[in-house]
Amino acid sequence: MISLRGVSTTFAAGGKEPIVAVDDVSLEIPDGSIQGIIGFSGAGKSTLLRNINLLERPTTGQVWVGDTELTGLNAEGLRRARHHIGMIFQGFNLVNNLTVLQNVELSLKFSGVKDKTERRRRAAEALEIVDITDKTKNYPAQLSGGQKQRVAIARALATKPEVLLCDEPTSALDPFTTATVLQYLADINTEFGITVVIVTHEMEVIKALADHVAVMEEGRVVEKFPATELRREGFAPTTSIGRYLVSDGISVRRAGTSGVSEGFDPAAEGVQYYDQQVDPQRRDEVAPRENKIFAAVEGGLR
Amino acid sequence: MSFDVVLERLPEINQAMLETFAMIGVAIPLAVLLGTPLGIWLWSHAPAGLKPTPKSHAVVSALVNMVRSFPFLILLIAIIPFTRLIVGTSVGTAAVIVPLTINAIPYFARLVEQNITQLGTGAVEASRAMGATRGQIIRNVLLVDAKPAIIGSITITTVSFISYSAMSGLVGGGGIGDLAIRYGYYRYETETMVVACVLMVILVTVVQYGGTRAARWTDKRVSA
Repeated sequence: MISLRGVSTTFAAGGKEPIVAVDDVSLEIPDGSIQGIIGFSGAGKSTLLRNINLLERPTTGQVWVGDTELTGLNAEGLRRARHHIGMIFQGFNLVNNLTVLQNVELSLKFSGVKDKTERRRRAAEALEIVDITDKTKNYPAQLSGGQKQRVAIARALATKPEVLLCDEPTSALDPFTTATVLQYLADINTEFGITVVIVTHEMEVIKALADHVAVMEEGRVVEKFPATELRREGFAPTTSIGRYLVSDGISVRRAGTSGVSEGFDPAAEGVQYYDQQVDPQRRDEVAPRENKIFAAVEGGLR
Repeated sequence: MSFDVVLERLPEINQAMLETFAMIGVAIPLAVLLGTPLGIWLWSHAPAGLKPTPKSHAVVSALVNMVRSFPFLILLIAIIPFTRLIVGTSVGTAAVIVPLTINAIPYFARLVEQNITQLGTGAVEASRAMGATRGQIIRNVLLVDAKPAIIGSITITTVSFISYSAMSGLVGGGGIGDLAIRYGYYRYETETMVVACVLMVILVTVVQYGGTRAARWTDKRVSA
């Protein structure tokens, strides 16, 4: 369980009125769930996400991950706690002068895996999860955006974290690649039970992936609802910001219990998909393994 | 113009080249060795750095600026007592290496600080999120990504200090630049001056070419 208790984050603004980025937020994220945090730019959602691993230390409030109160740890304790919290970013944040394999090895090195062979083996394993096995000796500049994000996911996964924080992970990607990356995140959540917290301004991403949604505005969580509600006819969030965001049109459904299921008729539910004209060959190239979202796209078209 | 006089000067030219190599060959590696940690320190202790310590940063930064603002000629003279303390003499090639190094350390440190600043914060932020120590971030991320830029900075520093080393004549330090001044300028041996200048141009060109190649070779930001 990730637990944010009365978390506020204030930034000094050089003599001017301080900026309140996160304003008294309390949020509980159950283990193994996918929590979406949505809001417009400047709503404070990235700061809130960075509060979870204390990349941004909250001004007040407590942050708990499992049984540990991160806000009560010293620098060394926090560093160790971060070995169990993976994070991916909009800009991928890979080291440009290291190969794909070396980039993934970094997280293992930082978490204290001293044996190089062991690091290599575990890095290769993590890359296998995101289906990057033939580009391990390439440099980030030689990869596409989606591939870079998959390497970043592998880097975060290599240490076998309990939590994966995703800061706008698909904002720099095209819709097709977005679907691929989201599928990996969904699979990782299902297969490894990793709690995923995803910050985005794209409602499609929330609808495709999340179990729970928190809507943020001006630093506050103004609304929370289960993502299943999003697919319920006539569902209308109570806040205007929530309604605005939800009126966005469903694009992709999440695989698994709450997602694509037998008897699911996309057309009847007004579901639009990212790219209905996906060239099957390109699909294999981008996402070579069995991909539930694409299966759903094709199933829906039949 | 007759170059016979140059033939007579060949032993001096050889000697001068050796002196230049000695000056640069000692001063630049020392500047890199000491200036790199100083540059990293300046970056990481700046108000927006990895470990902000604004007060001590302001003091060190002011010191760096002070040394850098001295014209080399003045520094050469001003630190003669210190030079004597270090190398036991205030004249000759060894005596020039001290002020050259003193001047090159903050010069190179500022370049390294810039090289790191320009990397952007993304990979550092990711490393912090991965629970890296500051030392790990510096060794595994910053120095790795800044390597091509730092090689570029070594090149710039080397070229600048080949030029500075020409002032070594003031304390009898020798070197090819000093030779150009002594024989070419003071004794009107234009030919000697031309040859010395051509040698300096060749030296600088070789350094620049090598530096550019090495920087490009280590830079993986553009796809091959």
